[in-house]
Amino acid sequence: MKYTLIAWMRDKPGVLSRVAGMMRRRNFNIDSLQVGHSEAPGISRMTFVVDGNDRMVDQVIQQLRKLVDVTQVENISEQPIVAREMAMVRVATNADTRAEIVQIVNIYRGEIVDVALDSMIVQIVGSEDRVASLVDLLDNFGILEMVRTGPVAMARGRLERSRRRGTAVWRAQADGRDAVSTERFKTGGV
Amino acid sequence: MSKRNGKAAKAAPEIPVQMKGAQMIWEAMVREGVRVVYGHPGGAILPAYDALSPYEAEGKLHHVLVRHEQCAAHMADGWARATGEVGVCIATSGPGATNLVTGLATAQMDSVPVVAITGQVPTKLLGTDAFQESDVVGVSAPVCKHNYLVTDVNELPLILKEAFYIAREGRPGVVLVDICKDVQNAEGTFRYDFEIELPGFEPWPNVDLECVRKAAALINQAERPLVLSGHGVQLARMGHELLALVEKAEIPVVTTLLGTGNIPESHPLSLGMGGMHGEAYANQAVQSCDVLIAVGMRFDDRITGRLDKFAKQAKVIHFELDRAEVGKNIVPDVPVIGDLAETLPALLPLIEERRHQPWLQQLKEWKGETAQSDILNYEVDELIPPYVIRQLWFATHNAPGGPPIIVTDVGQHQMWECQYFTHDHVGQLLTSGGLGTMGFALPAAIGAQMAYPERLVWAVAGDGGFQMTLQELAVIKQEHNLPVKVAIINNGFLGMVRQWQQFFYDKRYTGTPVWSPDFVQLAAAYQIPALAVTRPDEVGPALEKAIATPGPFLIDFRVKEEVNVYPMVAPGAAVDQLIRRPKPAVMQEYSGVQPSW
Ligand SMILES: Cc1ncc(C[n+]2csc(CCOP(=O)(O)OP(=O)(O)O)c2C)c(N)n1
Repeated sequence: MKYTLIAWMRDKPGVLSRVAGMMRRRNFNIDSLQVGHSEAPGISRMTFVVDGNDRMVDQVIQQLRKLVDVTQVENISEQPIVAREMAMVRVATNADTRAEIVQIVNIYRGEIVDVALDSMIVQIVGSEDRVASLVDLLDNFGILEMVRTGPVAMARGRLERSRRRGTAVWRAQADGRDAVSTERFKTGGV
Repeated sequence: MSKRNGKAAKAAPEIPVQMKGAQMIWEAMVREGVRVVYGHPGGAILPAYDALSPYEAEGKLHHVLVRHEQCAAHMADGWARATGEVGVCIATSGPGATNLVTGLATAQMDSVPVVAITGQVPTKLLGTDAFQESDVVGVSAPVCKHNYLVTDVNELPLILKEAFYIAREGRPGVVLVDICKDVQNAEGTFRYDFEIELPGFEPWPNVDLECVRKAAALINQAERPLVLSGHGVQLARMGHELLALVEKAEIPVVTTLLGTGNIPESHPLSLGMGGMHGEAYANQAVQSCDVLIAVGMRFDDRITGRLDKFAKQAKVIHFELDRAEVGKNIVPDVPVIGDLAETLPALLPLIEERRHQPWLQQLKEWKGETAQSDILNYEVDELIPPYVIRQLWFATHNAPGGPPIIVTDVGQHQMWECQYFTHDHVGQLLTSGGLGTMGFALPAAIGAQMAYPERLVWAVAGDGGFQMTLQELAVIKQEHNLPVKVAIINNGFLGMVRQWQQFFYDKRYTGTPVWSPDFVQLAAAYQIPALAVTRPDEVGPALEKAIATPGPFLIDFRVKEEVNVYPMVAPGAAVDQLIRRPKPAVMQEYSGVQPSW
């Protein structure tokens, strides 16, 4: 079964490799992984899709929590969520097929973002299923190049506030301020 | 801040001081209570070494020069295991740092608090394959609890403080701090009064008392309860509480390798070590109990054997600090997550006084069967390792200065030590359990001896493992004749591997016969007094001589070659499917002192 996890972590060089390294070392199977900024300065947000069973996912979560730079981990697989991924597909075209492809892309509410004589680039944002089914259709015309981001996700409904905020130092670092001379040194009171 | 020693949450404000990064390292260590650092210098760490000199001159810190960086980590590890404090090692960039890795992995696998400092090439050369550059943070990450690369001198004080905090708090482990050479040379602001803020680090999870109550209810109903206790008991210093608990409800105790001595092994409720080379009755107890109370342990495969056949009759209660260990190998019926120093005292009053005579009677019968074939119950006319170990116990267990500390290497002798030495005190046995690192004994014994100069410390090693780190004999001398005693159980083979070859590879002894130098002459070259022992009647006198001789001593026990460790659970077999100890061929009734069981 597939599980969607979200992890918040300190935005700092090397954190991604720590997370990826732990996953590889512990033999966890990552289907997809997406990292980007979160709403909190100094904190990145990672969306994972992992393939496994309940016990394995529990281990993934516990092991992620042990990483000092990871501040929070949530398993949103059982919650109502909005999950979206984006794909760009360069599909082969010719005079005969171009119109048909445009029609299909319109049905899927995708976009043509580039056109060349013998190909065009189709962009689509949607659920994994929708992206997959458009890709299947386009495959009939010949896919020359493709990139899929893998999903990012958010739980629906009200947000329960939790420990997502970084520290003063992290925020300062994220803002490009001198982390050292800022808030951190106020803590001692001098 | 530190939960166990209850240090003040807020450090007193202090005036910042300007100093070089190199000095900050030592300034931080003094504040952390460090007294000894084990290391080896080199180009990228030279500024730090230079800044150490005033601290050494004032007697605040002492540096021990090792002969191989692996041993710096093992010595820091031995110190930390013996004292419970953070051990510190230091090395240069590149080869110095990579040499540390085995030692760090050894400590991390056994939850030992160690901080490692390494020099790194200057910031502007990072990533250029500069001379003696290696990606130490990358290389060491999988074997560390956490690590840092320091590229800004002003971040150094906080990072050092975090490093000690992370190494020590919660489940202890290894933290490495890799410091660029230019950072060591740069001037910066030093202060140490900040509070540590690490939102992603939760060393002491809150205890759910409901789980403790559930655990108590299960224990109170048990007919055949059993405690399986591990290193966590020692780390939490909860040996006495555990003993009170098992005495109150009359619960027998099996330990893991690192749990050895959690309750006195001569106690009637102690069944000794379980697992691959545990006694048959200990493993039978695990397989037959109806409630298994696992305390501060992680269900390693060496203790569980085949997982799907493990303790099938039992409801499992798991007391453990590290949440990730709960459910990793065995899914418990009642998980009790949290510091044992909280959960065990909370459990004790909820436990009813109980007696479990039929269960204990059963265990006693199983013990009796084992004792019948025990090698020690017969006269020995050859020098066999179990006999040596038993004599070591006779010779040392009443040592002045406190319980002796035995530091083993890895292999057959390690298992015999567990079986034939009676550990009546927590922390008497220091051994590499998780990683099983050959070469551990001598350097770790040096660390332990430096922590406890008054106590008798024995390194017990095989001829194979001893040769992996014997160069550290020089440290014994350079550190003013440290009184470390060394026993080499010299069987001419990489014994444990030979045993596997005998059992599982048709006795094809590929790569296991070991040629050794004359260890007595070798010791002489290091100016260490030594003796070789070849006959059983020489063992006692040799041990006495070693103990009576001030300073170090080495004994080369030239034991019978092809002796096996029994019982043995074949890897992947269920723990009750064991190869039992055959009766010795020569069966004269033994008239000497009986082993404690
Ligand atoms: C560094 C390292 N290399 C290899 C091994 C595998 N190994 C485990 S026990 C053992 C044999 C040890 O032989 P020896 O030191 O002579 O001790 P004995 O088993 O004979 O008591 C070996 C090679 C190990 N544990 N550690």
